[in-house]
Amino acid sequence: MGTFHQDKSELHGITVVVDTNSDAVYVGRCDDMDDHQVILLDADVHRSEESDQSKEDWVRRAAEFGVWKKFDRLVIPRSDVVSVRRLGDL
Amino acid sequence: MPYSPLIVNPMKQELTTIGFEELTTAEAVDSFIEQKPGSAILVINSVCGCAAGQARPGVRLALEADSKPDKLVTVFAGQDVEATKQARSYFPDVPPSSPSIALFKDGEMVYFVPRHRIESRSAEDVAADLTAAFERYFVATPA
Repeated sequence: MGTFHQDKSELHGITVVVDTNSDAVYVGRCDDMDDHQVILLDADVHRSEESDQSKEDWVRRAAEFGVWKKFDRLVIPRSDVVSVRRLGDL
Repeated sequence: MPYSPLIVNPMKQELTTIGFEELTTAEAVDSFIEQKPGSAILVINSVCGCAAGQARPGVRLALEADSKPDKLVTVFAGQDVEATKQARSYFPDVPPSSPSIALFKDGEMVYFVPRHRIESRSAEDVAADLTAAFERYFVATPA
């Protein structure tokens, strides 16, 4: 038993990794996604150009326990998105 | 604002009817942690159907295994706010998520299942993860 939202995308409620064509990679709970945007809730972002840690290492650590929320809601343009994967699959 | 008891009570009962003790205050959480000897499972329950819908049945299945924790306790995120905050204070390095599941041995957290390892998995998968952890952490090894 639980609450469900049938009008959202398949990944609604699922914690995902959104990789982009820039140095940024995001982890957050997918609220919705379509051809134009990916909307994440309770999200964190890693920018490899501002860190000693690679995207891969940051995502690997996130896959262990999750991420600390830095943004309540993030909207990522779909044109920036390279991949959307379930964090739990990594 | 906490959820209505009308919404959360059936979700709480999925655990309390199989032996879980509800911790609804910070003091109750502290008291549980202070009972150090032995093993325990703490379920941070949640209304979210995307993940919690499989968390509770998964926990129930896992507890049918031969090796299982001595103590079963639960807090409800978004409802028992103070108790949930206090429970999370005992594993400050772990980002908060719900539902999630922590295993304790002698008062120390030894294993944690965050929300993203419950989402979209079957109850059987959640149970398999937990029973493997029960075997690993709770079965006494011969001296």
